[in-house]
Amino acid sequence: MPNLSQIVQKIRSKNAGPFWLTIDIFCGTPEAYEKTVDGLSTQRVAALFKTDAATVKRFDIADLNVVKFSMPRPTIQGSRDDRDMHGAGWAPLLAELEIN
Amino acid sequence: MTKVLIPSGALGLGYDKAALEHGIAQGPDLIAIDGGSTDSGPSYLGRGVSKYARESTKAEWRNLIEARIAANCPLVIGTAGTCGTDSTVDWLYEITLEILSDLGATAKIARLYSEQDPSKIAQTPLTPLSAAPEIDAKAITNCTHIVALAGAEQVNAALNTGADIIIAGRTTDTAIIAALPLANGDHAGGAWHGAKIGECGALCTTAPQSGTIMVEFDASGFNITPMGDGATATPHTVSAHMLYENSDPFILYEPGGHLDVTATRYTDLDGKTVRAEGSVWVPSERYTVKLEGARIAGYQTIAMAFLRDAHYVANAQDWCDDIIKHHAAKAADRMGLDPRTWHAELRIIGQHAVLGDLENRPPTATELGVLAIITAPDQQTASTLAKLMNPYLLHHQLTRDEEMPTFAFPFSPAEIDRGAAYEFVLHHTMELSDPMDAFRLEVTDA
Repeated sequence: MPNLSQIVQKIRSKNAGPFWLTIDIFCGTPEAYEKTVDGLSTQRVAALFKTDAATVKRFDIADLNVVKFSMPRPTIQGSRDDRDMHGAGWAPLLAELEIN
Repeated sequence: MTKVLIPSGALGLGYDKAALEHGIAQGPDLIAIDGGSTDSGPSYLGRGVSKYARESTKAEWRNLIEARIAANCPLVIGTAGTCGTDSTVDWLYEITLEILSDLGATAKIARLYSEQDPSKIAQTPLTPLSAAPEIDAKAITNCTHIVALAGAEQVNAALNTGADIIIAGRTTDTAIIAALPLANGDHAGGAWHGAKIGECGALCTTAPQSGTIMVEFDASGFNITPMGDGATATPHTVSAHMLYENSDPFILYEPGGHLDVTATRYTDLDGKTVRAEGSVWVPSERYTVKLEGARIAGYQTIAMAFLRDAHYVANAQDWCDDIIKHHAAKAADRMGLDPRTWHAELRIIGQHAVLGDLENRPPTATELGVLAIITAPDQQTASTLAKLMNPYLLHHQLTRDEEMPTFAFPFSPAEIDRGAAYEFVLHHTMELSDPMDAFRLEVTDA
C-alpha cells in the first residue's frame, strides 16, 4: 500500500498564526487528487494528529488539485511544551500515512 | 489605477536587485514591504526587538530608500522590526535617520504606532477568536508588549500625511498594500486580494527567490507580474498562494470586514502576468482590530548530553524518566522547592523531539541527543536546577549493577542560560469607534 508522499507532489505544514496549524497537500494531478480525497478521511487525519475531528477544517480544492487541513495547534506556538516553532514537522507524519 | 511594487516578502530576506530596478522603471505609485511576522515565535514581541540583524536591515532598507528616491513615490513598511512594537518602530526610525544622513538625502517620515497599554486592554471588552487561549485580566497586565494590528484605515491616515517614508508598527500583512488602491477607489475585493497575493513577494510566482513583484489594481480586479528575469505568475501559483499560512483559503478577515475569493477568476494574460477578478470585500458591522500579546512564561536553562552506548540508546526513554524522578527528589531535598513552581523536561533528539506523543515510527538511531529544558520563575533557580541535573546527564546508570557510564557533553559549562522564555497570550479582537483610536501617528521632517 503506497503512502501519501508516493501519490502526491508535495505536502507542507505551517503555522497559520500562533494558534492554528495548516497542512497543504499539493496532489499535482486530478488522478492523485481523486485518490487523496477518496483515501484520506478527516477522521484519519484527526486520529493521526490526536485531535478531535470536529475541530479539523477540510478544504477539497479540485481547481488546484489541493487538499487542505487546518486545526488548532496542539500546543500554542513557542509555548513551553511546543516542539516545533514553525509547525513544519507535522507534514512528514501525513506523508508517511498509507493510502488505500 | 494603482501600482504597488513589493520588493520581497519581508525586509531582511533579501531580493534580486535587477528585479527591483526593473520594478522602479515601471513607475510604481508605492513601494510596500512587510517587516515582520509572528512566525519566529513570541520572544520578539515579548522583548520588543527585531529578529534580523541591524546590519541586514540597514543594508536592505538603504536600498529601498534609494529605490523610493529613484521612483519618486512613498515607501511603506508594515510591522517594522519583526513585531511592530513602539521600540522596533523607533529602532527602524533611527536606522532611517542614519541612512538619510549617509545619503545626504531628506524625507518626510511618518511613524504609525500600534502598541497598546496592557492595563487599558485588561479593562477593554475583548472577543476571543477561534482557538484563543483562556485569559484573565492578570494574564493581560503581565504582557510585556501588546500590539494591535492596523488595517488599511490607519495606513491610509499615514499616507495622507504626505510622508515619503512610513514606518508602521504592527499592521496586517495586507493593509500596507491594500490601503492605497482602496483610497484611490480601486475595486475593494481586488485591493485586499491583490494585497494578500502580493504580501510574500515572489512566493506567488514560479521563482520565489526573485523577490520582487508588481501588483496593478484597477476598477474590477488586479494584475500581478513578477519583476525577476525568468519568473512567471500562473493562475495556479497565484491562486495557490491563498493557501499559504492561512487556515481558510477562501476567506481572510481584516479590520472592517472580510475578503471572499470563492468566486474569483484567474486569467493568464501573457504567460507572465495573471489577472484576477470577482473577489468580494464584505464590510462588517463592527470595526475590530486583532491584538497580539506576549508575557514571560518563566526563565530557562538548557543542557545537552549525547548517548552512543547501544544499551542506553535502546533504553533512552527509561533513562530519561528515571533522571527526571531522581532530579525532582534532589531539587526538593537540596533546594526545598515546591515541584509545582518549576518544570524539567528531557527531549530525546533522534526519537521524538519534533512530534512528541504524535510520533508513530520506532527509533532507529545509532546515537541520541538528550536536550534538558528547565523552566523556573527566575534565572537563578533555573540555572541551579540545571546544575543539579548535570551529574545525572553525565553518569546516570540504568541499573545499579552496571558500571558507572559517562555520556558525551558538547559544551563546558554544560548549562546554557536562555533568559526569559515568552509565550503568546492574546488571540482576541477589540472594537474601535474610530480606527485611529488605538493608534498614533508622528510625522517629522528629516
